[in-house]
Amino acid sequence: MSTTIEHVACTFCGCVCDDIVVEIEGSRIAGVRRACAVGRGVLDEYDPEVRRPLLRGREVEWEEAIEAAASILVRADSPLIYGLSSSAVEAQRKAVELADRLGAIIDTTSSVCHGPTGLAMQAVGEATCTLGEVRDRADLIVFWGCNPAASHPRHFGRFSLTPKGTHTPNGRKDRTVFVVDVRPTGSSKQADHFLQVDVGADYEVLTALRSLVKGNDLAPGPIGGIPVSQLRDLVDRMKTCRYGVVFMGMGLTMSRGRHLNVGELFSLVTELNEYGRFSVIPMRGHGNVAGADQVLTWSSGYPFAVSFARGYPQYGPGEFTAVDVLARGEADAALIIASDPAAHFPRRAAEYLERIPTIVLDPSESLTARIAQVVFPTASYGLDAAGTAYRMDNVPIFLRRLLTSGRPTDEEVLDRIIEAVK
Amino acid sequence: MLGVLGGRVYDPRNGSDGETRDIWVKDGRVVSPEEVDRQGAEIVDATGLVVMPGGVDIHSHIVGAKVNAARKFRPEDHRGAERARTGAFRSGSGLTVPSTHLTGYLYAEMGYTTVMEAATAPLVARHAHEEMADVPIIDKATFITMGNNHFLMKCIRDGRHEMARDYVAWLLGASKGYAIKIVNPGGVENWKWGSNVGELDDEVIGFGVTPRQILETLAQISDELGLPHPPHIHGINLGRSSSARTSIETMAALDGLRAHFCHIQFLSYGKGRGGVHTSEAVAIAEAVNAHPDVTVDVGQLVFGSATTMTSDGPLQHSLHRTTGSKWMNVDVEGETGGGIVPVFYKRTNPINAVMWRTGMELFLLIKDPWKVFLTTDHPNAGCFTSYPHVIKLLMDRDYRAEVFEGIHARARKGSVLHDLEREYSLYEIAVITRAGPARALGLKNKGHLGVGADADIAIYQEMDDKAEMFARPRYVFKGGTLVARDGTVVADPPGRTFYVAPSYDPGVEKDIRRHFEATYTVSFENYSMLSQHVTHEEVIACG
Repeated sequence: MSTTIEHVACTFCGCVCDDIVVEIEGSRIAGVRRACAVGRGVLDEYDPEVRRPLLRGREVEWEEAIEAAASILVRADSPLIYGLSSSAVEAQRKAVELADRLGAIIDTTSSVCHGPTGLAMQAVGEATCTLGEVRDRADLIVFWGCNPAASHPRHFGRFSLTPKGTHTPNGRKDRTVFVVDVRPTGSSKQADHFLQVDVGADYEVLTALRSLVKGNDLAPGPIGGIPVSQLRDLVDRMKTCRYGVVFMGMGLTMSRGRHLNVGELFSLVTELNEYGRFSVIPMRGHGNVAGADQVLTWSSGYPFAVSFARGYPQYGPGEFTAVDVLARGEADAALIIASDPAAHFPRRAAEYLERIPTIVLDPSESLTARIAQVVFPTASYGLDAAGTAYRMDNVPIFLRRLLTSGRPTDEEVLDRIIEAVK
Repeated sequence: MLGVLGGRVYDPRNGSDGETRDIWVKDGRVVSPEEVDRQGAEIVDATGLVVMPGGVDIHSHIVGAKVNAARKFRPEDHRGAERARTGAFRSGSGLTVPSTHLTGYLYAEMGYTTVMEAATAPLVARHAHEEMADVPIIDKATFITMGNNHFLMKCIRDGRHEMARDYVAWLLGASKGYAIKIVNPGGVENWKWGSNVGELDDEVIGFGVTPRQILETLAQISDELGLPHPPHIHGINLGRSSSARTSIETMAALDGLRAHFCHIQFLSYGKGRGGVHTSEAVAIAEAVNAHPDVTVDVGQLVFGSATTMTSDGPLQHSLHRTTGSKWMNVDVEGETGGGIVPVFYKRTNPINAVMWRTGMELFLLIKDPWKVFLTTDHPNAGCFTSYPHVIKLLMDRDYRAEVFEGIHARARKGSVLHDLEREYSLYEIAVITRAGPARALGLKNKGHLGVGADADIAIYQEMDDKAEMFARPRYVFKGGTLVARDGTVVADPPGRTFYVAPSYDPGVEKDIRRHFEATYTVSFENYSMLSQHVTHEEVIACG
């Protein structure tokens, strides 16, 4: 006996595609249609079997695990709460409440992907739009330092390359597409123009583009590996297009210059609005990393790297970002929600994490869970829990509950921890 | 049971102008003396104190996508404006764009208990509701932006009025909104082409409709659906020297239909020399006085830090160009747009000074206090925390004259302000901050203290300095619960969320679904909010 559920949202990446069709058989997903390969894997490999929490590797009752987690947090002088981007808004709200109550440092995976994008936005502003505007209006698209063909597989088909929109009735034919990157990628193969920038030279190239937009002359030699004639051609198109959009990724945020690269790009986009209309959209990675920014911002005023240690929120990228806090050995306990820093953080930070008592809430068995003292196998939002995720363009998407498992949600576990630390 | 006894009650809706009255409360509502059981009742001795209904803010930007983008955008706004957690109360930060919990505390501490979020794009309404769940104490609702909506403009173009009406009803239900909001009708759509509108009969690119048609259609629909609050209008040309003229033209175009014109100060300018507008408050006030179905809120400018944020995308771009301040823009597919620009208003800046003066003149020249409400279009013209200061300006003409003397000479020249001796009474303050906005919002249980009213009560110690008096009420009750004392929050019960659910012909959903499939990037099925997504909901009846 199988049931079909339509309009299911996938929370794997920042596209949060919500047109997926899922077949349910019993308590498992038996079929997935329309999802990309990655999303399909996330959906049909999910095992909703209820597992008991682990306390130092030993299965215990929920009550005991909650008590143990609360006692770790209460005893800590400087607890760190980290992750959040693959959980839902409901749980993120509870995580900030807990951080506020504990006087903890709270940080999200933003700090290791688009944190610099946030800093650039705060410095120079950001002209942006929702993905539907891209589909309907954009006739010039630039992908800079990102490779959606690999990271966001349905981005091209749903929003940016091939879909037919009101003012783009011929789909791909109505769009001119540039890719700027340090090497050819799956995405550059699909572009009309590929500009290969030297490693570490993005800032230089962006500055040259801003200069050309202002009508300055540049020496003919290449800039950052790109001939000026090609940059001039791009600028001409940027100034005459109907609606241009730049998608930018970690090629800018995690290379030399970081937020300065992004700030230069955002300034360029702002200045292009003197000629026509132009927007930029950061290619957010995790399904609800945008939601983590939103919740932390509405609760504290700041999007990531927040410390409540003084009783009120303080913002400190570089100071309160999880990697830095761990690498400097400043946290004395950690609560990790739906994220795997032990696998992804730089070695010094990851090694330090092993030395402090750590609590993990995660639907899957992460590497961090293996080194943690307390592990809560929670439900997965959009699979066996309902909630909200914010797409890369900050549009909130409703996540249905598809499966009825007995797993508690992150929200429920956090709520019980909050009660226990009171 | 709660008794507030012996206070001087200012309850304009029930005709009480400082009369000594007892107010009895049971189960969160004001009850009649017959229902009083003094046994075990909590008694507040209000002898000599000023008792008013809780404040009602008809136009403020406190939650949702735009507000939160501004919070993220402005870390510099939050430093030095933090509040530490105390006991069960949450910490927060933000001067002009406070975080959610802090927003609830600050309003309650000022004696305000009902606040309208002034603009939410339906596509991101879920976001606004999620934030509202984190704003404690105060009751809330949100207005839904429709003035640049594609489906609606197509209905108008095709002459399908009934379909437009059904769509508006569906959209309010889908977004759990309270009223129709119109922002620069047609101008935001044109901004997506790098343009704008300047006249009521300009064309909206790609739709062949005009701002006039959008305004008329939505005002008619609002009446036909019997919405409790009329369309809430931010007209065309905000901030421009043509704004007074087009504001007056808009009032004339909507003659006979109910309409609320928000932050009218920003739309009351004429052409001056050297790019410095003149105040056309006299003409605007005359028009407001002449149209019986029109209400306005002022959007009073307050000197100091502000964050401008509006769906009026082209306006924000031009403000960015004028001020050189950093700029955010968001174009929202098929519906609207928006922008954010931080500003600092200076009394020595002639343009800012004219804006201040324009607001003051409007307050003093509009005769009927039931038609003009106190707002600062928070945080566009100033913060809501400045309301006590604005009240002082209205109640104390010496203080007003003192501020007036300190503004730029260009703005003083030709102003009628020094001839306006009017001083608002406490009764009139109760009208423009409570009874009037509640009536314009169609919130029958708000803004008064008659039997059946919500027991939202603000109790003040009368002082000569009205700013001090209104900044720190002695007691604030929300639904009968003491929530603030001497200007400090003492309890934070959740507030309610109001919305409307007008009925419509479900046949329209087929057309809306087709529109979604062709133009939206979100599934029709995932767009609508369900009532379970709204915390502490209360549906307000239409008709």
